Amino acid sequence: MSNEEPKLKRDYLDVTGGWLHGLREWIDARFPMSSTWKKHVAEYYAPKNFNFWYFFGSIALLILVNQILTGIFLAMNYQPSAAGAFASVEYIMRDVNWGWLLRYMHSVGASLFFVVVYLHMFRGVMYGSFKKPRELIWILGVLIYVALMAEAFMGYLLPWGQMSYWGANVILSLFGAIPGIGNTIETWIKGDFGVSGITLNRFFALHVVAVPLVILGLVLFHLIALHEVGSNNPDGVEIKKHKDPATGIPLDGIPFHPYYTMKDICGVIVFIAIFSAIIFFAPGMHGLFLEPSNFEPANPLKTPPDIHPLWYFGPYYAILRSIPNKDLGALALLVAIVILFFLPWLDRNPVKSIRYRGPLYRWVLVLFAVTFLVLGYIGMQLATLFWAEIGQRLSELYFLFFVAAWVYSRSRSRVFLVSTFVVVMLIISLLDWMSWVPSIAHLKMWSWLIPFGYCVIFLLWPAAMPRLMQPKPVPERVRTKARHGTQAGVTAE
Amino acid sequence: MSDEIDQSKRHFLTVATVVVGAIGVCVTAVPFVTSMNPSAKALALGGPTDIDYGKIEPGAMIKAVWRNKPVWVVQRGQAVLAELPKNDSLLRDPDSEEPQQPAYAKNGWRSIKPDLFVVVGICTHLGCSPLYVPQPGNPSVGPTWPGGFHCPCHGSLYDLAGRVFKNVPAPLNLPVPRHRYVNDKVIRIGEDPVDSHSTWTEPLVW
Amino acid sequence: MKNIIVFALLLALVPLAARAQDEGVKLQAANVDVSNTASLQRGAKFFVNYCMGCHSAQYVRYNRVGQDLGLSDPQLESYLMFGGGKVTDTMMSAMPQADAVKWFGVAPPDLSLESRIRGDDWIYTYLKSFYLDPKSATGVNNTVFPRVAMPDVLWELQGTQRAVFTTVRNPDGSSYQVFDHFEQVTPGKMTPAEFDKAARDITSFLAYMGDPVKLTSLTLGLRVIGFLVVFFIIAYLLKREIWKKVH
Repeated sequence: MSNEEPKLKRDYLDVTGGWLHGLREWIDARFPMSSTWKKHVAEYYAPKNFNFWYFFGSIALLILVNQILTGIFLAMNYQPSAAGAFASVEYIMRDVNWGWLLRYMHSVGASLFFVVVYLHMFRGVMYGSFKKPRELIWILGVLIYVALMAEAFMGYLLPWGQMSYWGANVILSLFGAIPGIGNTIETWIKGDFGVSGITLNRFFALHVVAVPLVILGLVLFHLIALHEVGSNNPDGVEIKKHKDPATGIPLDGIPFHPYYTMKDICGVIVFIAIFSAIIFFAPGMHGLFLEPSNFEPANPLKTPPDIHPLWYFGPYYAILRSIPNKDLGALALLVAIVILFFLPWLDRNPVKSIRYRGPLYRWVLVLFAVTFLVLGYIGMQLATLFWAEIGQRLSELYFLFFVAAWVYSRSRSRVFLVSTFVVVMLIISLLDWMSWVPSIAHLKMWSWLIPFGYCVIFLLWPAAMPRLMQPKPVPERVRTKARHGTQAGVTAE
Repeated sequence: MSDEIDQSKRHFLTVATVVVGAIGVCVTAVPFVTSMNPSAKALALGGPTDIDYGKIEPGAMIKAVWRNKPVWVVQRGQAVLAELPKNDSLLRDPDSEEPQQPAYAKNGWRSIKPDLFVVVGICTHLGCSPLYVPQPGNPSVGPTWPGGFHCPCHGSLYDLAGRVFKNVPAPLNLPVPRHRYVNDKVIRIGEDPVDSHSTWTEPLVW
Repeated sequence: MKNIIVFALLLALVPLAARAQDEGVKLQAANVDVSNTASLQRGAKFFVNYCMGCHSAQYVRYNRVGQDLGLSDPQLESYLMFGGGKVTDTMMSAMPQADAVKWFGVAPPDLSLESRIRGDDWIYTYLKSFYLDPKSATGVNNTVFPRVAMPDVLWELQGTQRAVFTTVRNPDGSSYQVFDHFEQVTPGKMTPAEFDKAARDITSFLAYMGDPVKLTSLTLGLRVIGFLVVFFIIAYLLKREIWKKVH
């Protein structure tokens, strides 16, 4: 029995004997193998208080590998032509040995990729991981997200079903909204006057070669940037502030390997179990991951009755649809995505973690998540007048989150809060007045209460009770269960 | 103290995790690897193929495609069959000892019916398709040429029973596929004769 | 600008119209069980006898059906393959598509994936919902698929029935017809209970064709998850061991 921390690395690599050791030295003299391993894994010090939310980075990486591997084997059997695409997918599903498994791993993997990426992004917002000095990690992350959306959109055309075909038609029509050159660009992207086998062929090339390369590069940069500044944590405290003077190792840090490799393996196993359950028991997820209309081959003469994109585009599709004007709708969609890049400069509150933000900010964030989910739901519904109206109001709430994040950057005066309230409500009411249709006046007036209530609670209420915006004192060092409660040296930021 | 580290427990758990994880990875690899085997469609297309030989003329060759390989049916006259044994001393495997043919074609003329030679036209050297050069002494091969098959890629030579000559790169006789006569007009490639009880073994090279 | 509003409105109305049509008739639960091999075998036989005259299942191979439904090659040839061919062939209808268009106005759709497009309940209800309609060219109509081009191929088994509609009056005085129930006109070779069973067998076979791996994926999935549970326990114990000294 010894109390010394064992070096697993030494146990299982060094002892293995002379030749392996010799090989490693031979390589290290020519390539930074051991030093890279040390820098990014064995001696990358991560905060010891990572929680459940910190699994999703490594899980996203796992799915990326899954998508690439299954994608390679699917591409071996897929035919990117208007005449052959649909049949080749059925060929994969029925004739290729285990082809059905490869295809379901790919299609379910695509949906779960977005689930995991959304959770990963929410974690970043929740604990302020996008704030200084991690702005670039966030921007690279949003770029990955955008590339992923392009990848998923183009991949969805490949089965060449009805939903593939008409979904591509609808989304590509958005490019037509670009002033002046819209139609030219739309035709240029399609390579034909409508979506055709030519479009399919180029989407295949982009889907299997171009965009994956971009994503891999961005993921690499995302990780390099992360390892340069170090990981954030649920307390939003910089662990590099307190280092052991002798070793220079952060006092609240532990080496990524074996601590987080082992912890992440446990999380990954749970994820794979969920992944497998979907693949084997409900690969179509009742029409959510594989839509019924997509089992019908693409037919340019007949639009399926319920045309909507896959669920992960739902929120943006709802925002697009909520505005009864093609150009403005496309603009709103674009802004809804682009605004994410600017989050580090909108929310400038020095307190990173939601744990120490004021009580109202927590509700702002929770409501943002709820808004996003409900928008996603609306994006999947038929565009009835009722849902269009609710979609419009929730789109307003989506953008209001960014206003709130900006307002809550520091303590604000009463005048500032009240005037922001007035300006926001004026803009919203002006938009209502511009799109006024007498037949739905009742619905419009009723739904106006949604943004009004939001602004009253989040802009007027703190004007009356400033402590609702007041952050809690941030601890000097990270909290763990052992240190919880006996917190010494707590200071306000 | 529960804080103390039990090295043997840790060692055991590490080995167990690595072993179970490795098993998982290997099993996961199976679908990927086997997906590259011929699919149900390839197997369906690779099923038995019929060749109509009813109108074949003496000395002529019919070519057909079976499993994306050329299959030849060659009509050999009595004179050719009589000449075949004379090549024996020049051949690597005159008695067809290597399993390059089904048992029912392991005979002096390597076929079921002596005059009809059914063979896969793929050189056992590196897979080119040899040329049919039946005339003895054909200048493209040489004055001593007894007539047979000549592979233009690397010069391998076979006699008119598809038996490989010595001193050429090809190691084995041309492979005879399993085949049977459905009637006096049709040969079915890919099926054994109904009365044959021989077990089919894959040729070493084909 | 106006075009866009029209486009958006159309986008909104098309599904509404379609939904309204669909909601006209309540679908009956098919309750198919693809693990019931006997039912699938009967369904396969009905399918080749009654459906494949016009419809194909171009992605489905006979020998795969044999493998999944426990039929040997000779059994396949005698029970399911009337037009000759090889057991490795796909289930193609003998009817030329051009003739079909000439006779019925539309090409009969391929049925390999019908259950995934329409759902099992729709197919089951559809098969049972043909009724006499003198206005139709085929003499029949269908409550879940109005103005259907397909004739009632199962009429010999089911007999013929007529649909009884009730009239609903709108407050503004206009009225529309709502399907209420069927009345048997002539009896078929089967009793209604037997016919329900036959329709369920056909639906089961279509459900099987839509997703043939469903037969095996359940057990495979349970094994995979069982393995992962064991792996998780071991990995978690190691994780706990490694994290012992972290506070």
